[in-house]
Amino acid sequence: MTNLLFERPGKLLSFKDYEQADGFKTLKCVLDKKPQDLIDEIKKAKLLGRGGAGFPVGLKMQFVADESSDIKYIICNADEGEPGTFKDRELLRRNPLKVIEAMIIAAYAIGASKGYLYVRGEYTNIKDHIEAGIKEARQKNYLGPNIMGTGFSFDLEYRSGVGAYICGEETALIESIEGRAGDPRQKPPYTAQKGLFNKPTLVHNVETLVNLLPIMQLGAATYTTYGTEASTGTKLFSVSGFVKNKGVFEVAFGLKLSDLIKNQCQTLEAYDTIKFIQVGGSSGVVLPRDLFDIQLSYEAFKAIGANLGSGAIFVADESICILDFLKATANFFRHESCGKCTPCREGNRHISMILDKISQGQGTDKDLGLLKSTCEVMKSASFCGLGQTAPTAILSVIKYFKDELQAHIGGQCYTGACSMKGGDLHV
Amino acid sequence: MYKITINGRQASFDQAISILDAAKKMGIKIPTLCYHPDLKVKGNCRVCIVEVEGLQPLQAACLTKISDGMVIHTNNKRVRENRRLILELILANHDQTCTTCHSNGVCELQRLTEELNIKANRYDQVLEEEPIMYGNPSIVRDMNKCIKCGRCIQACNDIQEVGAIYNIGRSFEMRMGPAYDFDLSQVKCTYCGQCINVCPVGAIYEKDDIVHVLNAIEDESKHVIAQIAPSIRVSLGEMFGLAPGENVASKLPTLLRNMGFDAVFDTDFTADLTILEEGIEFLDRLENGGVLPMLTSCSPGWINYIEQFYPDLIDHLSTCKSPQQMFGALAKTYYADKIHQAPKDLVVVSFMPCTAKKFEAQRPEMGRNGLPDVDYVLTTRELGNMIKMQGYDLDHIEASDFDAPFGITTGAGLIFGASGGVMEAALRSVYEIVTGQALKEINFTQVRGLTGVKEATIDVGDIQVKVAVTNSLTNAKMILDKIRNKEADYHFVEVMCCPGGCIGGGGQPRPTNNAIRIERIKGIYSAEEKMTLRKSHENPAVKALYEEFLEKPNSDLAHKLLHTHYKNRQK
Repeated sequence: MTNLLFERPGKLLSFKDYEQADGFKTLKCVLDKKPQDLIDEIKKAKLLGRGGAGFPVGLKMQFVADESSDIKYIICNADEGEPGTFKDRELLRRNPLKVIEAMIIAAYAIGASKGYLYVRGEYTNIKDHIEAGIKEARQKNYLGPNIMGTGFSFDLEYRSGVGAYICGEETALIESIEGRAGDPRQKPPYTAQKGLFNKPTLVHNVETLVNLLPIMQLGAATYTTYGTEASTGTKLFSVSGFVKNKGVFEVAFGLKLSDLIKNQCQTLEAYDTIKFIQVGGSSGVVLPRDLFDIQLSYEAFKAIGANLGSGAIFVADESICILDFLKATANFFRHESCGKCTPCREGNRHISMILDKISQGQGTDKDLGLLKSTCEVMKSASFCGLGQTAPTAILSVIKYFKDELQAHIGGQCYTGACSMKGGDLHV
Repeated sequence: MYKITINGRQASFDQAISILDAAKKMGIKIPTLCYHPDLKVKGNCRVCIVEVEGLQPLQAACLTKISDGMVIHTNNKRVRENRRLILELILANHDQTCTTCHSNGVCELQRLTEELNIKANRYDQVLEEEPIMYGNPSIVRDMNKCIKCGRCIQACNDIQEVGAIYNIGRSFEMRMGPAYDFDLSQVKCTYCGQCINVCPVGAIYEKDDIVHVLNAIEDESKHVIAQIAPSIRVSLGEMFGLAPGENVASKLPTLLRNMGFDAVFDTDFTADLTILEEGIEFLDRLENGGVLPMLTSCSPGWINYIEQFYPDLIDHLSTCKSPQQMFGALAKTYYADKIHQAPKDLVVVSFMPCTAKKFEAQRPEMGRNGLPDVDYVLTTRELGNMIKMQGYDLDHIEASDFDAPFGITTGAGLIFGASGGVMEAALRSVYEIVTGQALKEINFTQVRGLTGVKEATIDVGDIQVKVAVTNSLTNAKMILDKIRNKEADYHFVEVMCCPGGCIGGGGQPRPTNNAIRIERIKGIYSAEEKMTLRKSHENPAVKALYEEFLEKPNSDLAHKLLHTHYKNRQK
């Protein structure tokens, strides 16, 4: 296992421990450099955003740096609402100071003077820990006016989400910080131009920001020796489901999915009973067995028309009915849509209804057709990423597991999870 | 230059306008639903999706700007199929009882469904029926009709900055309404009705009072009289296929008499009276150190606003009742005596451009001896509907005059219907009353039109009077904040609740948008120019009223009948 980002699990680091382990040393070094040099180094490192979209990080930072404004903001997106994703929680739990340090570095690079750490509402157990870190950083003058006498001033504020998945979408998150309902905004203008309070704003995922530390410490040349040509560095994968070893795994890009599941997650002999793996959370693709050897990289997933997303990996064995699984996914999105645009607001509920109908043994080929059309209209015409990616799992199931769906229409559920034709016809 | 191709046709534009606007200029129609020309684009409904080559998702034409070399398809198979699905999704959650809907015939969803040739819906109906909300005297909300386009939210929050309604809940449970699903009467709503004007379907409408009026007309023991607000004469025609701004005033007396009204009067008359009462009140404040700036008080939505949002400034309001209520008070006293009718048998019906007027008429202080001064208020839309249901239209109706005495009016009263009119009328009279000289130029064009805040300075005798005219509550708020912060050096401010004044009121025919408002304004001023009498203080019937009854402006009796008081209604 490669280790650029992660603290070893164990006791929580104190501020003193972190400083003794060279914490804030990177910050001290970079504050001597020109901001543009930092951005150039990040560009050279070819870092891609870890929140899900995989946008080039250096470019995004350049956009904000190039804006002239009386104030710029940086937001660390720790809303982490994607089901099955818990890597940011682990980063923050094990060492929030690292995240704070990375935020200050990014703020310096783009000229931001105020930052927000927007943390998922359910993460109440790490709130005090993070806030204590911010407070101590302020006392030690890593935050606040004239940081360590360099003339650079920056401070940050902890903001708690209140449980809406949509607030992980950067513009909805901004709306939430501004005190409104978390509805997404139209882009353009991009947040780099008009973000928080209509000022240039950099929004990065926790993991993305933490990557700035190894890039600054090692330099782009060494950093890029990790991973593949296009996907540099390491990635945190949150693995759950039918594996012996669950948790967050840091691996260099390029590893095969099957290697991660077999070896690091120690599925071992049970590997042969795995039916499908969903990568990227509920909005991610559902992979059949013959795609398990796929390389874990942005480019490999792009090649099959999918996306690594947040790096959530859910492993399911043969006891799971694919339709039952989709119903859970659909119900999640039906609950989490913000309701702004028609395809997502209305589409998710019809998807749920059609899936229910099929699982009750009353589905027809026409229903399957309408299911697919509904997924297509959501993907093509929704306002934001939530609605556009909500049907990803269903579309990939239609592609890779059509037989099983068709069997349901014919009155047969392979696992017996569904109540077919009156409820007794389990095979 | 931006060279683009839409459906194989090329065009160049010198600005990065939206695909929707570019297509419009090229004569290509892209269907829309949540789009409204006066509101910020929001991209909620997704009906205007188009395919842009090189971009995987379909793009909302209202939101997406053209770029050089862009190739756009507005109606290919992919677009058509997805647009159709969107419409079907909307319809599956819409109460499709079109025939009995308040918007039957003017519904944008109905028209769109027809235009897109949708004859069946693949989706099951998912509407969960909810009771229609009738909790206040002005506005009814039927959420079974709502398609969640978000226009009403924009009208309430962006145009009026009232914030009575917002989107609440999320996903398919997202709905438009007051917080905690309260009724409008439980929150700070001004009943301005701008939400009605922008609703594309029949989800919001005025409380329908037509049947009460018809019952009163048919009751032999009742003497039923009508008053017609200035602005509705230039908008009513739209419900009968006439162009916005076309003046149908001369037909209304005949029409309403045919429908059974015993007398048909003109609210322009009490508008003239308002000028004298308010003008004298203003001069009194100016000379005797009263609270300035004085704010006009004829717009009941505005009164609702200041009472609920800026109660600390109500002393700035003129104590004059609105022309509607002055009319009602005189009708039930002076006029009732004149025709020897007991006030209880006299029914006063107002035809107003306004939903807030329905609330105003029910205020307890707007009556005497337990009887309201104005019994029923019908909006322009209700008037149009009533004319139709009684089997009339505007064709073949002979012109006739309004009845005396409250039908004798001046142009000054007429222009009350447009933003700036009250101020212009007041300046004409105040100047001449103070100086004793005739005004050389009686047209104060600088206070006319749709502009949010208009200012003017006029020498009245020795005093330079600084006035401001504002319309829509967003602009009113700006002025109120200035007053609160002691930054306003105005003497007199006209405030109209609705954009453009009453011609843009919440009771006006649908659609009401700025382009139509401008035409209605033109209709008002061109009618006014043709009038012989154009100054309120020259209205012979008003003069007679003072001589016979009221004695003089701001007399004790005038105060008793024509003035009112306001209260802090902060919730």
